[in-house]
Amino acid sequence: MANKIVFDPVNAPDFLPVEKLRELQLTRLQQTVLRAYERVPFFRAKMEERNLTPNDIQKLEDIAKLPFSIKKDLRDTYPFGLFASPMNEVVRVHASSGTTGKPIVVGYTKEDLRVWEEVIVRGMKSVGMTSNDIVQVSYGYGLFTGGLGAHYGAEALGATVVPASGGNTHRQIMLMKDFGVTTICCTPSYFIHLIDQAQSMGIDMKSLSLKYGIFGAEPWTQEMRKYIEANTNIKAIDIYGLSEIIGPGVAMECIHQAGPHIFEDYFYPEIIDPDTGEVLPEGEQGELVLTTLSKAAMPMIRYRTRDLTSLTSERCACGRTLRRIKRISTRSDDMFIIRGVNVFPTQIETALLSIEGTLPHYQIVLRREHNLDTLEVQVEINDKLIGDTVSEVTALEKRISRSVEQIIGIHAIIKLVQPDTLQRSEGKIKRVCDLRDPHKIN
Amino acid sequence: MKLKQLSIMIPNQPGALVHICGILQKAQINISTLTLADTADFGILRLIIKDWEAAKKALESNALVVKVSDVLAISIPNEPGGLLSILNTLNSNQINVEYMYGFSLATGKQSVQIFRLNDPDHAIEILNKAHVCVLGAGELFGN
Ligand SMILES: [Zn+2]
Repeated sequence: MANKIVFDPVNAPDFLPVEKLRELQLTRLQQTVLRAYERVPFFRAKMEERNLTPNDIQKLEDIAKLPFSIKKDLRDTYPFGLFASPMNEVVRVHASSGTTGKPIVVGYTKEDLRVWEEVIVRGMKSVGMTSNDIVQVSYGYGLFTGGLGAHYGAEALGATVVPASGGNTHRQIMLMKDFGVTTICCTPSYFIHLIDQAQSMGIDMKSLSLKYGIFGAEPWTQEMRKYIEANTNIKAIDIYGLSEIIGPGVAMECIHQAGPHIFEDYFYPEIIDPDTGEVLPEGEQGELVLTTLSKAAMPMIRYRTRDLTSLTSERCACGRTLRRIKRISTRSDDMFIIRGVNVFPTQIETALLSIEGTLPHYQIVLRREHNLDTLEVQVEINDKLIGDTVSEVTALEKRISRSVEQIIGIHAIIKLVQPDTLQRSEGKIKRVCDLRDPHKIN
Repeated sequence: MKLKQLSIMIPNQPGALVHICGILQKAQINISTLTLADTADFGILRLIIKDWEAAKKALESNALVVKVSDVLAISIPNEPGGLLSILNTLNSNQINVEYMYGFSLATGKQSVQIFRLNDPDHAIEILNKAHVCVLGAGELFGN
């Protein structure tokens, strides 16, 4: 059965005894700090401000002495200011499609790319994938790390890759069906869109060969996993990553779906209090901070991910010694405050999924009218939802509004819109659109 | 005979209707009649089209959600009380009119209304018994 995974030497680092793993981490941390100190003036200056030298890292806990890195550092040093390798050793760059201002740029040496492939291969093997799998990569290809990351990982596994890239839903479904695709890599919300479209094309997703879905690049909820698994024969696997660290593959769930295992031999995790920056004890929820342990082109020290989660070293049923993070369903960036209440978009998502037929394709629009903040949720409809009378549509809007209000305690104006009308970038809908201008009084 | 009606929810904003008519024009599809129900935020466009399946396909391939419902085209006697007697027949059989709108025939001799009813099958039965003329696609669209 799918749960029986044959041990493979490639996965050996997943099972390192904890003490050995910590030793390896310390050695690699010291090398990384030294490399960044010697080669990245921006980092050296931050160290010097704190009277630190690489010699101050004598044990793993000493990492807490080091300054944090944030996204702004990448913007301030745009484009290549954080690179620690000369350009003739940098073989690839990726960049975010930042909606405002300059994108952030990341670079890779050949060895960095090999590591990236390795972690994805290890992750794919940990769910039971083999070279017999046919993998459709429906992340966008290009500057975004999702497409090429998953592509080369699956290829290194020896699987057959279908580089579908994003978009063109009908063709995606045709490819899955005709090629006997066993694995899809895309954002979970895009896959839910595919499920819905397949239904309207009269194709039962359960009749396809799909066994695995490797979903990432956006926070998602347990409800979404349930929806996907109920409508397909897929094991919905969470892959986590961010381009600042390497791309997708920083962490990935094994077949037991108990939260992504961090590939700790390459990435060192900490959980901090996002307000004080204090390192939190294991099990407590806070912001995930990651340090690369082998990256040559762009070492990243204590990068604040803005992702809220917790860390556990509790042994997983698979036996891996790699610690796991809780699935990330909230990003501290996405949280917004309306009338003094903290709201996470995923709460809106939960409300939507509680109504049969609604899909989590929505956008939150915040406005300030007559000095009162209003919350509007635009929801994309599908044919199961829509009626042909005004009263049916308004009744549905009311039902959704009530469901949202029950969860967050604030009245929401619901606006139903046609599919694919909410603006997407890299297959993701921008969840929160804050049009409130704090300086304007009206 | 029941007819198929296509409904599309559209935003209440400039260009929404033009967009849909443009899609149909590109697909060389003629709209026989249409009506627009609107609120402050959105409208529901209802279309009667001879080749409704082709129209649905064209609209859906432009990422629009199309709802298909059964409606009846009923010929209304052109005399005082003509509509009233039909409404009475429906009413006395507990058939509810959700909404109705006019259909213009090329010949123009009779008045035809499109009825959206809660139970179209039952309605056909009782209207036939009452000798009310329910038109089929042939009579409405010609050949
Ligand atoms: Zn595991």
